[in-house]
Amino acid sequence: MDLYEHMGKDLFRAHAIATPHGIVATSPEEAATATAELGGRSVVKVQVQVGGRGKGGGVVLVDSPERAAEEAARMLGSDFKEHEVTQVLVEELLPIAREFYTSVLLDRSTGGYLAMMTAEGGVDIETLAVERPEALRRVGIDPALGLRPWHVRELTATLPPDAREGAGEVLRKVWDLLGARDLTLVEVNPLVQLEDGAVVALDAKVTVDDNALFRHPDLEVLSAQFPIDPVEARAREADLQYVKLDGEVGIIGNGAGLVMSTLDVVAQAGGRAANFLDVGGGASAEKMATSLQVVLSDPAVRCVFINIFGGITRCDVVAAGILGALDRVEARVPLVVRLDGTNAAEGRRILGEAAHPRIVPVATMDDAAAEAARLAGAAA
Amino acid sequence: MSVLVGAQTRLLVQGITGSEGTFHTLRNRAYGTQVVAGVTPGKAGQDVEGIPVFDTVADAVRETGADTSMIFVPPRFAADAIVEAADAGVGLAVCITEGIPVRDMATVHAYLRGTDTVLVGPNCPGVITPGVANVGIIPGEVCTPGRVGFVSRSGTLVYQIVHELSTAGIGQSTCIGMGGDPVHGIGFIGALELFEADPETDLVIMTGEIGGDDEERAAAYIAEHVAKPVVAYIAGFEAPPGKKMGHAGAIVTGSAGTAAAKAEALEAVGVEVARTPSGVARIVALRLAG
Repeated sequence: MDLYEHMGKDLFRAHAIATPHGIVATSPEEAATATAELGGRSVVKVQVQVGGRGKGGGVVLVDSPERAAEEAARMLGSDFKEHEVTQVLVEELLPIAREFYTSVLLDRSTGGYLAMMTAEGGVDIETLAVERPEALRRVGIDPALGLRPWHVRELTATLPPDAREGAGEVLRKVWDLLGARDLTLVEVNPLVQLEDGAVVALDAKVTVDDNALFRHPDLEVLSAQFPIDPVEARAREADLQYVKLDGEVGIIGNGAGLVMSTLDVVAQAGGRAANFLDVGGGASAEKMATSLQVVLSDPAVRCVFINIFGGITRCDVVAAGILGALDRVEARVPLVVRLDGTNAAEGRRILGEAAHPRIVPVATMDDAAAEAARLAGAAA
Repeated sequence: MSVLVGAQTRLLVQGITGSEGTFHTLRNRAYGTQVVAGVTPGKAGQDVEGIPVFDTVADAVRETGADTSMIFVPPRFAADAIVEAADAGVGLAVCITEGIPVRDMATVHAYLRGTDTVLVGPNCPGVITPGVANVGIIPGEVCTPGRVGFVSRSGTLVYQIVHELSTAGIGQSTCIGMGGDPVHGIGFIGALELFEADPETDLVIMTGEIGGDDEERAAAYIAEHVAKPVVAYIAGFEAPPGKKMGHAGAIVTGSAGTAAAKAEALEAVGVEVARTPSGVARIVALRLAG
């Protein structure tokens, strides 16, 4: 789960990492009031779960409460890189002397963590990493040993001498925060040194490990602040992975890999997927019913392709789930169903005996994709 | 005739008394796997259809000589279960559990480097040597004994592609579902190393998916260390582009993580990349014939 900047900064402050004073606003009036409280000048920043805000006009300096209200009015309710903006962060302006960059993140290639720092903050860090990799210091961190003093010395070595102690302190606290709150990414760009020498986190990009949210109920509730499509919200409640796409063939499958593969095969058969929906492992009848309701709620769907290969998921349970769902939801489009794997014969028998007029059983994935694409095209 | 699991495997199951644990344990035994023990804390002395249950893995190993563990323990206890298996001297731990916090896995991963235990998973379907032993949840009936090694990140794609292979009359030496979690045990490189050394494997299939850079690193390994033919499949060409916040991930991998980037990296080292699961079987048939 990617946090908004202000949520990340709340975590920073709780771990004594210095950040600018800021106020969250959800209306132009609140942005104006906040700017007045901050002395009449501020920086107004869109709060979205995506990066590249600076270049994209999502961060604006204002010199009056009226200007803050104008900018907030422009930002709120609009989309920033396809993310709906419902909050802005209004922050005090600080006297910045220098800008650095630091991040600590999970490194899936080593199974450990990686910390990075450069004295050249505020620039395009991906470009810097390619063009002048020597300017970006990196150290791998063994999760059992943690951040060692030499790591800190190595990372801060290219910073001005009077910034090293402050930056090192931020690194140590970020490492502690990462472990304490099960974070997979903390990125601070820029990390700044003020004219008085203090080192402050001007930005916060923080990602929480979804698998660990059970240990952090206070973070789990933050997700309620993220705007979400009502259909996606319903899917999430049922523990389904649903992503809306813009085609006509509704897709339901089990396992992210098989569902992705199904999208590819449908595309090669000339169809366009209306969504990605992974019912996950051990799909119950209830989950299958909700899946169908979710996919059919998209008016663009002209055909649904249910592609199940049973491992933990048992095909007889899936078949019963499909029939159970059809008792509750009207199937306004054909359902192409392909079942294989654990208890597949039993699943096919259940569907065969039901002989539902909307269910089109197909034996192979390729043939089912072709049939689904054809039916979606024919209904157009 | 196999890697990782075989006729000699003596399997214990951690979490044997849970419903999924029991269901798949009995399926594995019915397939021919020697299932010698189960572990559920507090249930020592009970049995599951004749399989004795112990309180700890150490007890189970002492009493039964188990050398492989299959883990069906809930996510918040699963990392501990892996460490318990390693501490008891189990040589192979196959963790099926989905949803383990990645920080727990990072710690386990670091710990296992100092042990002789090989981990498969977590969040994986397990390992099967067709006709001989099944350790996990791969439906045995779709597999056929043969000489093609198979390793996959995605679970259900293991089933789909093995099904395509078997339908085309192509048997498998061993199929490894490595799991899709960011921090996992054996990966493409470890599996390729095993298959390259296995005299009963003639060709290796690897199937990847978008995200991370496991496929790109496997490509570099293949160029240097693998003489046997390798055929690949990558899922996710049509997947919507991921929305990520930070730049740090891309800096680390130096790769976009897209299906196209992965296919390109593999093709650059002579690996043929199929565009559909059925295409994998067609390419493999041609390679084996030619």
